[in-house]
Amino acid sequence: MSAIGTAVRPGAGPGTRWRGRLGPLGVVAAAIVVAAIVLAILGPTLTPHDPNASDLSRAFAPPEAGHPLGYDGQGRDLLSRLLAGARTSLIGPLAVVALAVTAGTAVAVAAVWAGGWVDSLVSAVLEVVFAFPGVLLAMLVAALFGAGLQAAVLALSVAYLPYTARLLRSAALTEREKPYIRALEVQGASGMTICLRHLVPNLAPLIAVQATLFFGYAMVDLAIISFFGLGVRPPSPDWGVMIAGGQSGVLQGYPAESLLAGACIVVLVVAVNILGERLGGTGATGGRGGRLRWPRRWGARS
Amino acid sequence: MSPLLEVSGLTVRLPVGHQPKPVLSDVSLTIAAGEALGLVGESGSGKSMTARAVARLLPPGAQVEGDIRYAGTDLRALRGQQLRELRTRVAVVFQDPRAHVNPVRRIGDFLTEALRLTGRVSRREATDRAVRALDEVAVADGRRLLDRYPHQLSGGMLQRVMIAAALLTEPRLLLADEPTTALDVTTQAEVMAIIDGLRRQRGLSLLFITHDLDLAAAVCDRTAVMYAGRIVETRPSALLHGHPLHPYTAALGAARPSVTTRVDRLATIPGRPLSAFEVPDGCAFAARCVYAQDPCRTHRPELASVDEGEVACLRAEDLRETLAVTHG
Repeated sequence: MSAIGTAVRPGAGPGTRWRGRLGPLGVVAAAIVVAAIVLAILGPTLTPHDPNASDLSRAFAPPEAGHPLGYDGQGRDLLSRLLAGARTSLIGPLAVVALAVTAGTAVAVAAVWAGGWVDSLVSAVLEVVFAFPGVLLAMLVAALFGAGLQAAVLALSVAYLPYTARLLRSAALTEREKPYIRALEVQGASGMTICLRHLVPNLAPLIAVQATLFFGYAMVDLAIISFFGLGVRPPSPDWGVMIAGGQSGVLQGYPAESLLAGACIVVLVVAVNILGERLGGTGATGGRGGRLRWPRRWGARS
Repeated sequence: MSPLLEVSGLTVRLPVGHQPKPVLSDVSLTIAAGEALGLVGESGSGKSMTARAVARLLPPGAQVEGDIRYAGTDLRALRGQQLRELRTRVAVVFQDPRAHVNPVRRIGDFLTEALRLTGRVSRREATDRAVRALDEVAVADGRRLLDRYPHQLSGGMLQRVMIAAALLTEPRLLLADEPTTALDVTTQAEVMAIIDGLRRQRGLSLLFITHDLDLAAAVCDRTAVMYAGRIVETRPSALLHGHPLHPYTAALGAARPSVTTRVDRLATIPGRPLSAFEVPDGCAFAARCVYAQDPCRTHRPELASVDEGEVACLRAEDLRETLAVTHG
């Protein structure tokens, strides 16, 4: 008999429970995120046309049969480019989040556990890294080591690390002082065991919320870096690159390319943030962990 | 034979504001193998701090003086692996079981964790031993309990689980820090009976911390009474309970309402308990003591051997008869 099973109201299937957790907005957000993931995996194979095939005679041509979104300034099929760009546009932020959150958690928990001067030193170093704006740091790295997705991802991860580390440090500090951690210590558990098996899992809701927030930031920041030509190199399709590539179109009265790529980024970022907020706020330890609530007068659900 | 736990001259200072202030002064106690020592006192008298010093759980910044020896080894010198090793020999049961268990892990994980960490025991073996330990603390269907989460258990049940967890590593000394204070009265009696029974069966040594003098006297071989960070009286429980020699012990005993006689007003000890760092030159209890005389306010009494124990009161001999009468 599963203990989780007993906690669920009788008659409520798993589907109902998830919908209850997420709310209607959350369900829509989840659907968008799932769709984006599917696109990132299948996108490049779903393209109706070659995303890099250019037909200059059709530059900025409006939508037509077989080309529902029309063409960009170089006569390439816009839908195909958006689909093909989904993968790089998602992998970049995902890598940034994975690196920054993993490293940030490790640094924070290690500092808190060691305490004393180690903790002070780590906090001081983090403050210094704080002083560098992430995008500028990324551009510096790209300028030094050559443009490309990897350099941009690495630099952004370093820039985000202090944010995750600082937040998780304060959370880990509170958690570390809780009696159950002390009880584990007197049971003879080693620091490593307590951190990995108890401290970090209990910070998971907070980590999840952070991850989704940073996914949004990273996506926008990577788009900015690509926009300046220091991230993903054109002509590879990428939403950030497409916003940049559409500039001339915007000036000539054909904003479709920049607008569509920008819309993709905005919709996905908002969806990920809503999903993270809904999931994180109802994590295993209850409301703890930075739940962002809608103001009541906006018709709060919960 | 040397005692299992020997604390001598233990003084602990904690940083309050910027200045370290003493919370324990010159605390000495011994517990022989298989012996139960009760530690009784009001809130803030330092009884929990004593246990925390033994378990090496003092807050950061604590300054410790004195000697704490477990089976001859100096506890204060242990580090890393040796300290973890020791902690499987000295188990602690806390006051509030709910706060001392990871709320998001199942009971089974909680119980078997210590074993799998220390004993190189397989999962199945660990589970079997957990069930047996639960059986020992009078939990009948232990195997079903393993799948539950802490919030699904009552306080008394959870405290039994905590005791079972403490026993799994086969400790020789149990530090019980008010293990029944957070429980309701009937559950208290059950949990006390379990601790008492286990102690006798397994020959455990027990440091039993409580503010209930009667309970300590009932369970423990000897009882120590603490006041303002010092031990003021240590004697065999029956003697201490029946014939207290320190006015504070007598007052504690008298403050407990009797079930058989009706009184209009419950007896209290006038004044408030002092912290160790507030204590003036003389006897810490002088300001609240009805028997205090001028020397009590200027001279601090030392613990002196008397009647199979020790008492720190300048007037202990004068008051012997008086206290016996008022207490009875």
